[in-house]
Amino acid sequence: MEHFTPVSAAIGGTLIGLSAALLWLTNGRIAGISGIVGSLWSPRTGDVAWRIAFIIGLIASPVLYAAAGGTIPKITIPASSVIVITAGLLVGFGTRLGGGCTSGHGVCGMARLSPRSLTATALFMTTGVATSFILRHLIGA
Amino acid sequence: MRAMFAALVSGLLFGLGLTISQMIDPSKVIGFLDIVGDWDPSLALVMATAIPVTALGYAVAKHRRLPVCAAEFSLPTRTQIDWPLIGGAVLFGVGWGLVGYCPGPAVAALGLGNPGTVLFVGSMLVGMGTYSGLNSLFSRQAKHA
Repeated sequence: MEHFTPVSAAIGGTLIGLSAALLWLTNGRIAGISGIVGSLWSPRTGDVAWRIAFIIGLIASPVLYAAAGGTIPKITIPASSVIVITAGLLVGFGTRLGGGCTSGHGVCGMARLSPRSLTATALFMTTGVATSFILRHLIGA
Repeated sequence: MRAMFAALVSGLLFGLGLTISQMIDPSKVIGFLDIVGDWDPSLALVMATAIPVTALGYAVAKHRRLPVCAAEFSLPTRTQIDWPLIGGAVLFGVGWGLVGYCPGPAVAALGLGNPGTVLFVGSMLVGMGTYSGLNSLFSRQAKHA
């Protein structure tokens, strides 16, 4: 476990929790990124601006953090372009079909003890671990 | 206007959390998913701290009838554990395990200039659009049936 970074993980997790709490208390919305982004494909009047505002903040944050002198982790994508495209399609379709991702189900839904979210989180954790194992240890990509 | 500002601040906080915890780096996430490799439990700790802080916010909200700047608390309406939930979570997990990107970190990393991130988010948007298209098609058919 030499790569374990408990302090930055705990600080980052707390900030994500504060974000989710803030969005609920002010906008009455679940901070699920797949829902915030994906619902823009079927926009409803009066339901677009807050999504755009959240997404702008999300994208600007690491850039501003770097500009302020913060250390940005190097982005390493350990896969070929074909795998990246396949993964993107699966993540996009799967999160919309399943009604959430790591944030909506994994953080917000778990915080509400939602049985749907507990089920979804257990499933995507399991298939995520299994896929990673097959790809990196059986196929050896 | 206040609602939009609050959403912007919420997005900033979310992105900052992903950045500081290094979750915007897919190889960090793979370090968690690859349990037989040199396992990195950081992602579990991110969730284990984010969940109680979120729960605290939800508990505070229980004392309010309405959100500070919105007309209602939009609680998810579905409660059934159904096939779309199961199938969707399985597909998402497979995609997540392939690259180590889920929607939050991928979108947050868009401004950092990695072409792979743009490729992933573009494909993800296509996947989301495909769902929306099929969903409206099937709900229209269901109405006619």
